[in-house]
Amino acid sequence: MNTSLSWIKAYVPDLECSAQEYTDAMTLSGTKVEGFDRLDADLEKIIVAKILKIEKHPDADKLIVCQVQIDEEGNTVQIVTGAPNVKEGDVVPVVLDGGRVAGGHDGKKTEGGIKIKKGKLRGVESNGMMCSIEELGQTRDMYPDAPEYGIYIFSDNPYYDNLKIGSSAIEALGLNDVVFEYEITNNRVDCYSVLGIAREAAATFKKDFVPPVVTKTGNNENCADMISVEVQAPDLCRRYVGRVVKNIKIGPSPMWMQRRLASNGIRPINNLVDITNYIMEEYGQPMHAYDLSTIAGSKIIVRRAVEGEEFVTLDGVSHKMDSSMLMIADAEKSVGIAGIMGGDNSKITDDVTTMLFEAACFDGTNIRLSGKKLGMRTDAQAKFEKGLDPNTTMEAMDRACQLIEELGAGEVVGGCVDVYPEKKEPWKIKFDWERTNRVLGTDISKSDMIAIFKKVDLGYDESTDEVLVPTWRQDVLSQADLDEEVARFYGYDIIPTSLPNGEATTGKLSFKLTVENIARDVAERNGFSEGMTYSFESPKVFDKLLIPADDVIRNTVTISNPLGEDFSVMRTIPLNGILTSIATNCNRRNKEVKLYELAKIYIPKSIPVTELPDERVQFTLAFNECGDFYDMKGSVLDFLEEVGIDKVKFTVSSKTFLHPGRQAEMVVDGDVIGYLGEVHPQVCDNYNINGRTYVAVIDMPKILDKASFDIKYKGIAKFPAVSRDLSMVVPKNVLAGDIEEVIIKNAGKLLESCSLFDIYEGEQIKEGYKSMAYSISFRANDRTLEDKDITPVMDKILKGLGSLGIELRA
Amino acid sequence: MKEKLEAIKIAALSKLSKCTNLDGLNDVKVEFLGKKGELTTVLKSLKDVAPEERPKVGQMVNEVRSLIETKLEETRTALAEKLREAKLASEVIDVTLPAKKPVIGHRHPNTLALEEVERIFIGMGYEVVEGPEVELDYYNFEALNIPANHPAKDEQDTFYVNGDILLRTQTSPCQVRVMENNKPPIRILAPGRVFRSDEVDGTHSPCFHQIEGLVVDKNITFADLKGTLAEFAKELFGEDTKVKFRPHHFPFTEPSAEVDVSCFKCGGKGCRFCKGSGWIEILGCGMVHPKVLRMSGINPDEYTGFAFGVGLERIALLKYEIDDMRLLYENDTRFLKQF
Repeated sequence: MNTSLSWIKAYVPDLECSAQEYTDAMTLSGTKVEGFDRLDADLEKIIVAKILKIEKHPDADKLIVCQVQIDEEGNTVQIVTGAPNVKEGDVVPVVLDGGRVAGGHDGKKTEGGIKIKKGKLRGVESNGMMCSIEELGQTRDMYPDAPEYGIYIFSDNPYYDNLKIGSSAIEALGLNDVVFEYEITNNRVDCYSVLGIAREAAATFKKDFVPPVVTKTGNNENCADMISVEVQAPDLCRRYVGRVVKNIKIGPSPMWMQRRLASNGIRPINNLVDITNYIMEEYGQPMHAYDLSTIAGSKIIVRRAVEGEEFVTLDGVSHKMDSSMLMIADAEKSVGIAGIMGGDNSKITDDVTTMLFEAACFDGTNIRLSGKKLGMRTDAQAKFEKGLDPNTTMEAMDRACQLIEELGAGEVVGGCVDVYPEKKEPWKIKFDWERTNRVLGTDISKSDMIAIFKKVDLGYDESTDEVLVPTWRQDVLSQADLDEEVARFYGYDIIPTSLPNGEATTGKLSFKLTVENIARDVAERNGFSEGMTYSFESPKVFDKLLIPADDVIRNTVTISNPLGEDFSVMRTIPLNGILTSIATNCNRRNKEVKLYELAKIYIPKSIPVTELPDERVQFTLAFNECGDFYDMKGSVLDFLEEVGIDKVKFTVSSKTFLHPGRQAEMVVDGDVIGYLGEVHPQVCDNYNINGRTYVAVIDMPKILDKASFDIKYKGIAKFPAVSRDLSMVVPKNVLAGDIEEVIIKNAGKLLESCSLFDIYEGEQIKEGYKSMAYSISFRANDRTLEDKDITPVMDKILKGLGSLGIELRA
Repeated sequence: MKEKLEAIKIAALSKLSKCTNLDGLNDVKVEFLGKKGELTTVLKSLKDVAPEERPKVGQMVNEVRSLIETKLEETRTALAEKLREAKLASEVIDVTLPAKKPVIGHRHPNTLALEEVERIFIGMGYEVVEGPEVELDYYNFEALNIPANHPAKDEQDTFYVNGDILLRTQTSPCQVRVMENNKPPIRILAPGRVFRSDEVDGTHSPCFHQIEGLVVDKNITFADLKGTLAEFAKELFGEDTKVKFRPHHFPFTEPSAEVDVSCFKCGGKGCRFCKGSGWIEILGCGMVHPKVLRMSGINPDEYTGFAFGVGLERIALLKYEIDDMRLLYENDTRFLKQF
């Protein structure tokens, strides 16, 4: 929504403020000004001047030398121009020596404008420049009286007949104005109109609001004799007002109206169209005009469209309608899509003599949905979809007819047809002024609050303590809304500041978030940086990850209206995001990439989805070309130890997206808490990842169940440890984990630790075997161990190992 | 005998003074004090001395021995000192050569910004909680006073799973879930991921984060909201930060406000960063709408509350001067390493 300052001043005549003051004050009272554009920002020393004499330039065919009168006293300057369209006697805008214009005649604006200095053109002195509308920073769209090419000529337009030579051309053109751009919140339907904003401005600056006085219009005929209106869909059309104008004389609208429309970005067309648009801006009420001669039976029927009906709008585009959409029809055919656009079959042409003028109050939601379905977005629709006040409908119609009479655009027929079965009445809100102070933390007197209400036309009934709300204030429905009215005019900036002083509460992170932060800390000390990826992805991800067709993780929470297939399913496995990020880094030749992510997967509880899915945070780690399986295993163990989980078993697994020989599941107390492994080379190819990539995924809800931060000190050993080394020849298929299990099982409570210190496969070892060496350490906490303690234990261990086919090395 | 001892003494001291290394020192020690050393030989020959002379000669021998030992020790200390100095001199390094840093990872700027915000509000007694990202329409809209067909529903361009289930467009549903399950006093901060169907560009992402704050108690006022957020802004952007509350509209708060902070780059004078206005918009807030309180089971006649919602990415982009939101989701390590 835009308005010019001058248009606001038309209704708030006492308003005196700079553009910046207006911006700040309006924004603070709730009508946010996004910015403003000073139309004359780059215009300086531009006057109305008269060409007295034109001579040919002595040395240039395309130039002429003009003697130009620049004041009422008759002083002249000489200006050389190449403009083709000027003649002696023309009154034109002239920028004098030292002045500025906004841009070139090609319409390109120059930041800060272009300075004009006197000088010589082909040897002849020139003391200024005559201006085209483009040089003044404007367009022919907004100044339709400007010539297609050349200087703007005041004297061609009778509107300028009384211009004084030497006066400001900027003022004459209405460019001494500022255009404000507003961000109107969707609850303030009334402020999508100049009058609504002017009312706010008057209240903000504590000035009188002077809306236009709408007088009775029309001849002594009765419009009800000429047309009839039937509303068959009263649920979608709360009110329909029709009037008739005959003897239409189409012509340009007056300059003041053109200027106001232009300031709102609307192109002046002709008096009829301009009045319609003017009312839409002034009252926020869209109107439509039909050529009455095209309306069969002179009858308007407001009804739902016929399912599948084809309809051509006045822009020549054909639309397919459905029965949810509201149409305007005559006795035989559809003539317009209600609230969106009129029909080609009933539009106003230059030959029109009698028109039917429509102002209506259509259901905002219906208009919005219809517009969406049709892919249309018109100015009228934008106003309707906010939900208009049906009581403005008639006022707007009367104002439109008043302008038709004032502008001499036609003869308004008396009376009107008004279908308004259920009148919307103002409502009352019980007002508790003390509560307002309690909520705001202020100490404002009741009378000050009532005075604030009065400024925005909210009435007050002393006897019942009720506030009377006019129907255009659809946003004021309860005490809380009254609190806001008080707050915004009292001043958000004046309301004091304090801190809540009630009962103390404990600030903390939840246990879940605490554990997640530990995961972050551990990942980072292991060299991983935190990444973030989208929660939704393409269903093709499952193929990229070689997930079998019948795998349950292909069951997803699917978005019905995604941005595209690539963002259509909520992930059930966290790898796609991190592998994509690894690939991005590979592609950009970033080395030693280590990433982690803490993010959710979304596991549906049923298909189709009927309840909220199980959202599980996954701790995902990945690195590329900077480590092996055991590095990843180490990082994972670092985390598990940090959260107090020390009994983890790594068991061989068979994830399709991992290297078949280099992957494992992590099992704690028989429960799988995650997996790790090398990404399958085919998956790497699918993601364009070069080099070996390892991933680990840990299911955080399982971690939360098992994490423990209960630390108890154990005494430091007083007696020495005894260690024994075991050098073995081990069948290849026996895993280190199997050996450790045997050692732990057989060593009993004297065992302190056992660790692998050498592993070797090769020449000196017989086929099918590998050499492994363990160091086993024993300790008792009450004595120094002797051989007789150790020997039977070692025997037991060796026996156990023997059953795995393990031999001691000589 | 006496002369002999004197000669030994002189010879020993002279040799010691010529010693330049520890090996030489040891040679001297062996030569004079060793088992076959000269002084030992003298001592051995003591038995040939007349018995009455023995104590005297013995004392003389001991004196010489003691003198040589002392001198030997002094020389050893001096030599060791010299050797250490030589060693140190030979070990001079170029201290300007590159450092060896441990390779550690980096937190995502969103997380860093979030932790900063959490720290501030935890200090003010807020508990950090979370809610579901796939949410019921009821919590995301209806319970927040956004009924069916409300234009706000369209504005927020919601991703739907089906008619009742959607991807939450805001963290505000957490307000309702917390109020349904807790009695005032309530002070919570609910950060999390939200979704809107915006195409990806430099300032939009279909998936981003908000941080919701909610306080419900007796006598909570708009002034409290102003004070709380002013504190927050100062903590986050610096002590000199000024805060401006502008009226705004949200269906679930009334009165509502948008909050601007004075530009921390130019201090409010106006610069390119704040587009010349001197102010930067950072959040929306307001007093919890009595309807919302009532729907969540809290009596609005007894309790009032305020709520606010901050865009996490907005904070991160501002704080770290990141000029393109897409960087936050690409995970280029050259970007991540800077935080």
